[in-house]
Amino acid sequence: MAKTVNLKIDGISVSVEQGTTVLGAAKQINIHIPTLCYHEDLCVAGNCRVCVVEQEGAKNLVASCAMPASEGMIIHTNTHKVRNARRHVVELLLSEHNADCTKCYKNTKCELQNLASEMVITEPMFIDLVPFKEYKIDKQSPSIIKDNSKCIRCQRCVRTCHELQHVSALGVAYKGDHMKISTFFENPMYDVVCTNCGQCVNRCPTGALVEKNYIDQVWEAIYDPNKHVIVQTAPATRIALGEDLGMESGSIVTGKMAASLRRLGFDSVLDTDFTADLTIMEEGTELLTRLKKALVDKDTSIKLPMFTSCSPGWIKFIEHLYPEYLDNLSTCKSPQQMFGALAKTYYAQKKGIDPASIVSVSIMPCTAKKFEAARPEMRDSGFQDVDLGLTTRELAVMIKQAGIEFESLADEKFDSIMGESTGAAVIFGATGGVMEAALRTAYELITGREVPFKNLNITAVRGMEGVREASVKLENVLPAWSFLEGVELKTAVAHGLTNAHQIMEAIKKGEAHYHFVEVMGCPGGCIGGGGQPIPTTPEIRKKRAEAIYREDEGMKLRKSHENPEVIQIYKEFLGEPLGHKSHELLHTHYVPRKRV
Amino acid sequence: MPEIKELVKQLADKHGRNRESLLPILQGIVTEERYISDFAMTEVARELDMSAALVYGTATFYSFLDTKPRGKYVIRLCKTITCDMKGKKQILRTLEDLLKIEVGETTKDKKFTLLETNCLGWCHKGPAMLINDEVYTEITPEKVSEIIGDYMKNR
Ligand code: SF4
Ligand code: SF4
Ligand code: SF4
Ligand code: FES
Repeated sequence: MAKTVNLKIDGISVSVEQGTTVLGAAKQINIHIPTLCYHEDLCVAGNCRVCVVEQEGAKNLVASCAMPASEGMIIHTNTHKVRNARRHVVELLLSEHNADCTKCYKNTKCELQNLASEMVITEPMFIDLVPFKEYKIDKQSPSIIKDNSKCIRCQRCVRTCHELQHVSALGVAYKGDHMKISTFFENPMYDVVCTNCGQCVNRCPTGALVEKNYIDQVWEAIYDPNKHVIVQTAPATRIALGEDLGMESGSIVTGKMAASLRRLGFDSVLDTDFTADLTIMEEGTELLTRLKKALVDKDTSIKLPMFTSCSPGWIKFIEHLYPEYLDNLSTCKSPQQMFGALAKTYYAQKKGIDPASIVSVSIMPCTAKKFEAARPEMRDSGFQDVDLGLTTRELAVMIKQAGIEFESLADEKFDSIMGESTGAAVIFGATGGVMEAALRTAYELITGREVPFKNLNITAVRGMEGVREASVKLENVLPAWSFLEGVELKTAVAHGLTNAHQIMEAIKKGEAHYHFVEVMGCPGGCIGGGGQPIPTTPEIRKKRAEAIYREDEGMKLRKSHENPEVIQIYKEFLGEPLGHKSHELLHTHYVPRKRV
Repeated sequence: MPEIKELVKQLADKHGRNRESLLPILQGIVTEERYISDFAMTEVARELDMSAALVYGTATFYSFLDTKPRGKYVIRLCKTITCDMKGKKQILRTLEDLLKIEVGETTKDKKFTLLETNCLGWCHKGPAMLINDEVYTEITPEKVSEIIGDYMKNR
């Protein structure tokens, strides 16, 4: 049992586990202390000082986010001194801050603005230094805008990129009043090792790091009578969107989301889950083909383990940092891009629509999807396969703009074709989900039997541990797969690129031997994606993941190969998994990128 | 460029490839090259398997780790208040006249760079100036002409 300590905050006694900070202790008794640099996912930085409190007996104010509670401590969070100090901190930040709130993307969603508003800062105490600064805005990335004039140098982004993502595309450069958050040589984000994952965007308390939004472009397309505008929604959007529209975390809003998209004016409301199921068919077949070539044909050019390829942040990570492993990546496009390629071919044909008039929009929990959509490789339909990628957050903005009362919407269904899905596709949204979905299908394909887990729930690959391993023994296989008899299929799952780095190093050193590895670029998988509602915390990720698995269990069909629209598309259009047409439309290749 | 690659490798062999090795390696580059180019930083990042942005952050933090090309002799004149009060301004003017450059610039022949610096710790003997690692104190315009003349002729 952990030791507890007793302290008093604002006259209220509280016992907390040793190691809890004063901030954490205050939270337990519902006393709110403002913070800026603190974030639950990150190490304590203690650099903003907005969380200061008075400790009896201490000469100076203490930063409550960094100060561990100790026995007998007496803390005051609301004294004259404390309030003055906090106000000074915020005013000083504002004196260097380009506070043009009404023109700012973070307006009404900004932690700095909230504090200023709480403190009723109307008459600034200090000289405005912004005119003397040469702040730069970097708008070149298709995913992220970095505006130094809004940065308060809290370094949440730096810690995020380093601790959670092991990329460190952002660092702290220069010192004193010249200190700034910078990429290598202040190059544009577009031109450095950044994976576009958006985890920094999700944690930035101000408008200094935001997604590049394409809201107006989507409206324009919708209003254009000559355009057929279709929309696809990723698995993880349906369990998070509600958070930005006044609902509890973990609310499942699949039906309301479909309804709202229809109300916004999309001509067809479709589902990325459909192509998630298709991904399983393609990727599963690719895995089995690789295994056969490696185990039976002893083909040494075949690379194992095979890595999943649905997460564009992970793809860019490996392109930059482990280019020697590009052949290990599954050649399958991500579900977003499979959808895009099929929308302007299969869908257009079936509906008798000129693909040139189709505008293909995606709603993603992800900022890297914007970059992925713009990749030159993603034009196999003869057009840009996905025209506009929006985050969950941007969709929430559009719903508000349209004056839709989201919570009161009645559930509606997706349109057809390319709107049908299974539970296997839904769980793509949580870490381990692709693995579980793949195993459900591959195991059955090989043995003719369902996976030997209760309710098809492969719990070994679920959860929030950074790296998880699972193996499945293949016994009594069907004759066609006899080479797999007795083989122990070894798999691993990693989420967040720091964990991906760990797996890659183990593989590189020859310490880990897997057949199949799932990597998701963001902590928790897509549910914790960089484009998801802010805040995202460990607790919120847990609630979203629970919602994903609830949604899966509630589905009639739980295995990708049972999706009737998937069966139909193979019959009518694609032929077979890994067939000629699939190769043309659903598979891709990767490019090595520079390390900086 | 290949020389820089080789230099970085040698420095890493000497100082190690941990985070702690970063500073001595960067200092080693400055000693040899007078400044750390973006290419050199990339090489350090590769050699130490760390992010180039972090190398850049460290290099830009320290005033003496120059990230812009510098002359063979880097003159740093103390700009803090004591030296200022003891006549730093005249010294600066003399230096600018002699070298025909302004603060922050490098002479065409790449021999001298003129910079200002924060306190050198020689307040009691100001004005003070550094030329590479050499300290000159209680300098006057005449003394400066002499010193620079010597560098121009004899070095
Ligand atoms: S970052 Fe926040 S405080 Fe700054 S302009 Fe934007 S909304 Fe206002
Ligand atoms: S960009 Fe945002 S997260 Fe990063 S230091 Fe600035 S304000 Fe903080
Ligand atoms: S988007 Fe991801 S990789 Fe890029 S700077 Fe932000 S956290 Fe780092
Ligand atoms: S939140 Fe505590 S110092 Fe920033």
